[in-house]
Amino acid sequence: MSAFVDPRACVVTGVEFDNPSRPGASITVRHLARGFGGKQVLHGLDLDVTAGQFLAVVGRSGCGKSTLLRLLAGLDRPDHGSIAFDEGEGTEQKRIARVMYQEPRLLPWATVLANVEVGLGPNRDATGWRSRAFEALSAVGLADRAGEWPAVLSGGQKQRVALARALVSRPRFLALDEPLGALDALTRIEMQQLLEKVWRREGFTAVLVTHDVAEALTLADRVVVLQGGAIAQDFQVNSPRPRRRGDRDLAHLEEQILSHLLSS
Amino acid sequence: MTDFVTTIGAERALRQQAVRPPPDLSKIFHDITPWLVPLLLLAVWQAACTFGALSEAILPSPASVLEAGWRLTLSGELPRNVEISFLRAIAGLAVGGGIGFSLGLANGLSSLCERLTDSTLQMIRNVPHLAMIPLVILWFGIDEGAKLFLVALGAFFPIYINTLHGVRTVDPHLIEMAESYGMGPGALFWRVILPGALPSIFVGLRYALGIMWLTLIVAETIAAQSGIGYMAMQAREFMETDVVVLSILVYALLGKLADVIARALERASLSWHPAFQNKSGR
Repeated sequence: MSAFVDPRACVVTGVEFDNPSRPGASITVRHLARGFGGKQVLHGLDLDVTAGQFLAVVGRSGCGKSTLLRLLAGLDRPDHGSIAFDEGEGTEQKRIARVMYQEPRLLPWATVLANVEVGLGPNRDATGWRSRAFEALSAVGLADRAGEWPAVLSGGQKQRVALARALVSRPRFLALDEPLGALDALTRIEMQQLLEKVWRREGFTAVLVTHDVAEALTLADRVVVLQGGAIAQDFQVNSPRPRRRGDRDLAHLEEQILSHLLSS
Repeated sequence: MTDFVTTIGAERALRQQAVRPPPDLSKIFHDITPWLVPLLLLAVWQAACTFGALSEAILPSPASVLEAGWRLTLSGELPRNVEISFLRAIAGLAVGGGIGFSLGLANGLSSLCERLTDSTLQMIRNVPHLAMIPLVILWFGIDEGAKLFLVALGAFFPIYINTLHGVRTVDPHLIEMAESYGMGPGALFWRVILPGALPSIFVGLRYALGIMWLTLIVAETIAAQSGIGYMAMQAREFMETDVVVLSILVYALLGKLADVIARALERASLSWHPAFQNKSGR
């Protein structure tokens, strides 16, 4: 299994950030509604995500998964309902949340290191930003590419830079909008392992939107099925980590979720 | 039979050696290829003049054009006129390009500003700027102001349109990303919008350089008392064909020079762009 895995991608170096045990944020969503041009995408959605949980949201295309994620990340405003972090309203979403998009969205005119530095946000002028950006880059195994242009990187490497950018500010909530969708199968497996590793080390709350049920089951503590703008089913995934592909329990769960999606 | 085969093999090897000279030589050959045709034409031209196929009054030989250039350089007439034309071109480009760049940015960033000015500018754009010459002469006489106005007007539109287009076409995904990472308007402009618009702005600049020389040539031949165009018109009066040809060549050289500078600037500031990266840079 590990024969084709780039060792640099998996071995998270012993880099420790200044505050290693900062907890993830808990998220409380109540009666969330959002529509676009008369079409109601989400209505009356309730969801509780505990601190540090890895939640996966699966569903058919157009079921509102991405809309939900954009609302959670503060990229969009709900028509009705509320999203609260840490059981208190009014927390600045943008300061807690970081997003990994389907595309890497790197600035092509900035070096790899400068792209990671973007993730520090307005604090980037604080002293030591360069070493922090560099640490984040080492954590995804790309320290030796720091000075290069994004254009020379492969798709998987670009997503690793995007991951370093998302993590450099030590977010308490990471929203993942199908970030591995465009990668080839092997790179995908490497990235899943890397994601799991940084999540376990950093302890942030993660919400992953995907239509790949197997991927959701490899990574998440909990998988919810989104249907008709609300949560239709909720599964706990208790298999021990790191999860093996071909695990019987996971295969059974995958079958259950898929048949639910197919029958809908 | 075997001998025959080896001979062919050896011959082929020899021929390959002959076809593929050592690397340095092939590189030199590669570098001079673009110059072969111009040099050949020059040689034909010189030969035609020397053997009397072309009269000096129609087209003077390259040697006499060179000689005219040398004569006018010594007298100081050529450097003085080149300097004047060059300054006019640069000043017109700076004024017209500066206004075009500012308006392009303003209209790209603010929809109010765009609604206010863009349709007016598009109407003006449809007037060929050289058609303004009679009016410009009435306004400014044959002063420096006339040339400056015309060159600025000509250089304005390519830069305006391409700056506007560049700002508009910056990837909205990148802007959303930058905003979600807490970039303020200033940082957003300097780190995302301007670099994203730069390739298009350079297209505008190179286009403006072409129009700049064209406008200047027309303006200087019609209404001027100095400059390369004036020098050519004076020479026409005295049937000095060599000076006329010299003026044309000087314009061509200046145009080429401006383009080379613009390309170098482009390469230096767009080194991130895949189009400017050498493929071996991996």
